[in-house]
Amino acid sequence: MRGRLVFLLPLAIVGALMLVFGKRLLDVGRGEDLRILPTVLLDTPVPDMALDAIPGRGRNPDGLTDEDLRGEVALVNIWGSWCVACLAEHPVLNEIAKSGVVPVQGIAWRDSPAASLGWLAKHGDPYARIGQDPKSRAAIAFGVTGAPETFVVDRQGVIRYKHTGPISPEAWERTIKPLVMELSK
Amino acid sequence: MRMGLIAMMTAISLGALAVEPSERLADPALESRAREVSKALRCVVCQNESIDDSNAELAKDMRILVRDRINAGDSNQAVLDYMVERYGDFVLLKPRVMPTTIALWVAPAVLLALGLLVLIRTMRRRAMAEPTALSSDEALKLKRLMDGAP
Repeated sequence: MRGRLVFLLPLAIVGALMLVFGKRLLDVGRGEDLRILPTVLLDTPVPDMALDAIPGRGRNPDGLTDEDLRGEVALVNIWGSWCVACLAEHPVLNEIAKSGVVPVQGIAWRDSPAASLGWLAKHGDPYARIGQDPKSRAAIAFGVTGAPETFVVDRQGVIRYKHTGPISPEAWERTIKPLVMELSK
Repeated sequence: MRMGLIAMMTAISLGALAVEPSERLADPALESRAREVSKALRCVVCQNESIDDSNAELAKDMRILVRDRINAGDSNQAVLDYMVERYGDFVLLKPRVMPTTIALWVAPAVLLALGLLVLIRTMRRRAMAEPTALSSDEALKLKRLMDGAP
């Protein structure tokens, strides 16, 4: 009897594997993007950084350090003028900045100052401060895999949320704004 | 003609190397450590390449960061730890031994041991099985065959 059950073992293993893989497939079907990696930086302080301002932007103060991210709730948006998805996201950032709900801090990733300035002049400049990150130092420190990515940072300068990809109006209204309101209490 | 071809092939194969000459460290010992670390780190843009193999711009910046840290005196492990702190265990191409990966590490050995066990038991059982004597019918058939009779 026991001997015969052993022959059913491979079938049971294959069945279990099919369940596991099937679940993942259904997750993808429901719109879960498996390329989005969960950040391990949640609930950790923002990394040390001291990023230069873009010369000629004409804002004072400008440039971005980790110290600037302590004291108030803020969004940190990593973008580049070369990034098409950033262009799609930009009107939403402009709206957020206009609403005055939360300051948007920018990290200009792998970009030349001239290209950044041209882009901002053309599409609007929602950023309170901008720090340049020409060699990806800040991007790597934030565990960024692609632009745009946006972090919600609380008053203590702790990362509380990461949004991968462009922020849609829905993502802002449903997820990010409520979180910002909660953290600002 | 042949020399030209060789030169061309060399140029092509050099072009295929992701690590650019300007990135390399002057000290060969440090450079070889940097290569070793880079080979262990996954390119987070392309996901199935190491940053040593990848031509992605982020991979290039990661290689430079790895070299800067090694140059600054970090151990290989310290550089890997820095990346894992930021990108999670995913960034390591070779999974570490942890509670969540232990099955991955021991499964091959366990499966091999199980297979050997089954093999040994089957072989033993076969060796121990006594040949039974032929029935009279079979003995007759055999005898006919041996005698060459139809």
